[in-house]
Amino acid sequence: MRVHAKRAVALAAGLLSPAVVVADWTMNMTPGVTGTSNQIFSLHMTILWICVAIGVVVFGVMFWSIFAHRKSQGAKPANFHENTVVEILWTIIPFAILVAMAIPATATLVEMYDTTESEVDIKVTGYQWRWQYEYINEDFGYFSSLSTPRDQIENRQAKGENYLLEVDNPLVIPVGKKVRFLLTANDVIHSWWVPEFGVKKDAIPGFINETWTRVDEPGIYRGQCTELCGKDHGFMPVVVEAVPEEEYNAWVAEQREAAEKERQLTQKDWTLEELMARGEKAYATACAACHQADGSGAPPAFPALKDSPIATGDMTAHIDIVVNGKSGTAMQAFGNQLSEVDLAAVITYERNAWGNNTGDMVTPKEIFDYKNQQ
Amino acid sequence: MSAVADTHSQEHHHGPAKGISRWLLTTNHKDIGSMYLMFSFAMFLLGGSMAMVIRAELFQPGLQIVQPEFFNQMTTMHGLIMVFGAVMPAFVGLANWMLPLMIGAPDMALPRMNNWSFWLLPCAFLILVSTLFMQGGAPNFGWTFYAPLSTTYGPPSTTFFIFAVHIMGVSSIMGAINVIATILNMRAPGMTLMKMPLFVWTWLITAFLLIAVMPVLAGVVTMMLMDINFGTSFFDASGGGDPVLFQHVFWFFGHPEVYIMILPAFGAISHIVAAFSRKPLFGYASMVYAVGAIALLSFVVWAHHMFTVGIPLAGQLFFMYATMLIAVPTGVKVFNWVTTMFRGSLSFEAPMLFAVAFIILFTIGGFSGLMLAIAPADFQYHDTYFVVAHFHYVLVPGAIFGIFASAYFWLPKWTGHMYDETLAKTHFWLSFIGMNLAFFPMHFLGLAGMPRRIPDYALQFADFNMVSSIGAFMFGVSQLLFLFIVVKCVRGGEKAAAKPWDGAEGLEWTVPSPAPYHTFSTPPEVK
Repeated sequence: MRVHAKRAVALAAGLLSPAVVVADWTMNMTPGVTGTSNQIFSLHMTILWICVAIGVVVFGVMFWSIFAHRKSQGAKPANFHENTVVEILWTIIPFAILVAMAIPATATLVEMYDTTESEVDIKVTGYQWRWQYEYINEDFGYFSSLSTPRDQIENRQAKGENYLLEVDNPLVIPVGKKVRFLLTANDVIHSWWVPEFGVKKDAIPGFINETWTRVDEPGIYRGQCTELCGKDHGFMPVVVEAVPEEEYNAWVAEQREAAEKERQLTQKDWTLEELMARGEKAYATACAACHQADGSGAPPAFPALKDSPIATGDMTAHIDIVVNGKSGTAMQAFGNQLSEVDLAAVITYERNAWGNNTGDMVTPKEIFDYKNQQ
Repeated sequence: MSAVADTHSQEHHHGPAKGISRWLLTTNHKDIGSMYLMFSFAMFLLGGSMAMVIRAELFQPGLQIVQPEFFNQMTTMHGLIMVFGAVMPAFVGLANWMLPLMIGAPDMALPRMNNWSFWLLPCAFLILVSTLFMQGGAPNFGWTFYAPLSTTYGPPSTTFFIFAVHIMGVSSIMGAINVIATILNMRAPGMTLMKMPLFVWTWLITAFLLIAVMPVLAGVVTMMLMDINFGTSFFDASGGGDPVLFQHVFWFFGHPEVYIMILPAFGAISHIVAAFSRKPLFGYASMVYAVGAIALLSFVVWAHHMFTVGIPLAGQLFFMYATMLIAVPTGVKVFNWVTTMFRGSLSFEAPMLFAVAFIILFTIGGFSGLMLAIAPADFQYHDTYFVVAHFHYVLVPGAIFGIFASAYFWLPKWTGHMYDETLAKTHFWLSFIGMNLAFFPMHFLGLAGMPRRIPDYALQFADFNMVSSIGAFMFGVSQLLFLFIVVKCVRGGEKAAAKPWDGAEGLEWTVPSPAPYHTFSTPPEVK
């Protein structure tokens, strides 16, 4: 991956010392790996060279005046101050250049907007602060969150090669197929961007936006959220793995099976310890960004859970706020974001961690029943 | 010259009041102009120190100095303070000082309202800045405050932010009314519209833009206020509202706002380039038409800020074409400035240095603007550091250098002293180098894929960020030099003649330096 910093140097930066990084003086856009991104790249280069050419002429005349027509060198001012022909010329010529530029731009745009005849459809939902990918025709979906350890961000550990551009579960797509993305968001506006695809589209709550790509080269492609979406806007990368078709099909089968297993877990009999162990993990990915790993929160926007009246009080109220969220606040409805098992685990964890020792436990089955009675 | 004799005889009867009441109660356009300029510079330093926090955090990858919550407050407040506190009041200050002097009027048309529109500003900014100390912190949703991040998900201080914006808007609208009333009613006999100095023309057009769009801004923040406090759902999709509507309304204000911040600088630069080229401005009439065309076009390009929100193809094409079209009148202005310099007799005092840098760097900002206008390419540029580079290139060497050029150009008239030319040139070169070092690498960062408004970044962006931070610190520190130069110039220095620049033209140079407290009590004759 041409854009990536060299791992060796990043490691050499060492523990605690701030990362002194790598000569990576990339100055230009990269052409990317899709037809769209290549067309964009060539538009970008065309307009760039047009600007350079205009700049050379205009600044050329200007610098000529600056050097040749100085008062200190005895230049006497001319007295001309009007010329209609010149004015008309330098109105018409730029206009003609713009028309020439608009033609290829229009063609590219028309193609970018053509989302028909897709072979794979994936729904992308933005959350504060991770992405959810749902394979619409395949009956499974999952969340994709930043996997860079907190220690690297806080400079307690050397930064890895893909610092801030790595996730736990990347989006997987097949190469050579037209993949259509349907984008929306659950809370605020996000924007889904993979530079090497030339794809960027806003994910807006209440709207479904469409875009598409066709990747021909297998590989791992990295991007980021590009619409300010709150505190962790800088920490919700997009990672896409493009794989050959057979590999993709095998992966899909595997995912479907795993999704089925997950559904069966709901029926299992869970112990408090099992739920606590699972809850700690689920809490770290779903809750800790706001309520913090130690449950201390960041009041007033994100209340503490440690000793909180909800996490130590009535169980139903606790389940309600986790499953349905609290409208008018940043507390989302996690009912559809987490599985019954994870919901039960998180709630159990919150009621027993950080000294909230209520001893309460809620099972996945109870959560399932709670959701169905609503 | 009769005007001058008159002002001398009146000076003894109508001098400034003594003490603090001079400033609190003044209706004198020069006092109010000075207060606007001082206020704006204070805000410039405050907004600048926030930029220093941002650049310090971005000096290296990782979180070192501030947490993301506070970082977002800094980017938001930096933008709001620079736009509404530094650039806009600076131009109103210049307008207050110079418009009456340029058109031969004794004062602004509505002097009491003038006082009120100034004193509203410190109130508005006191409210805005106080949000930093409130529970939950200051606004943290970017200066564009997109809903629903700024409504459902905004901090409790958002309501104070809304109130502050309302007050600023009232102040701006009153200022604009005053400018229009002054220009249309109080020009000296013989000064027809097409004889008005360009600074007057550009301000007249700017004032109309202000009156047209500030109420739109007031509307959008009022809708936010209702969503936050009164249970409406203008921008809340779960209540049937539309988050994209927010962006349409905001940018309908926001794009003309961009020109509000640059058109007065166009006017001032036109005077300065002509003065130091010792040659009349080339293409006066086409300059006026170009500014008019830019102002009109600025109302039909707003959605180019929204190419990625999913507007229909037809809308996308319309806004792309309209945006590209703005390059034509803007180009005309640049060509005219360059032709004014061509075969002149040039000298490079501080105002001219800033003016030449303005033309070159603003043009570079214009080029990147043209690139951003190409909708398909914008999908790659949008919300990256390329955009940050673009708008800082049009606002820093555009608006800010325009203000510096104007300040140095008219300081002798305001203070009666020449400023220290060596120090001023040092200020220019430090600013010029610092500014380019800070903002040029941002183009590369954006093209390499760095999103804007992030407190931490991937490793491949590290080098240029460090360069950019060094440039920003350099630019920031050198502005203290400007403060020093101005204070020094106010306190003393070589006496300035009524017309200290041999190539300068205009009525403001016919009154003595410093300009007496009252000028043009009887209007001059313009032939």
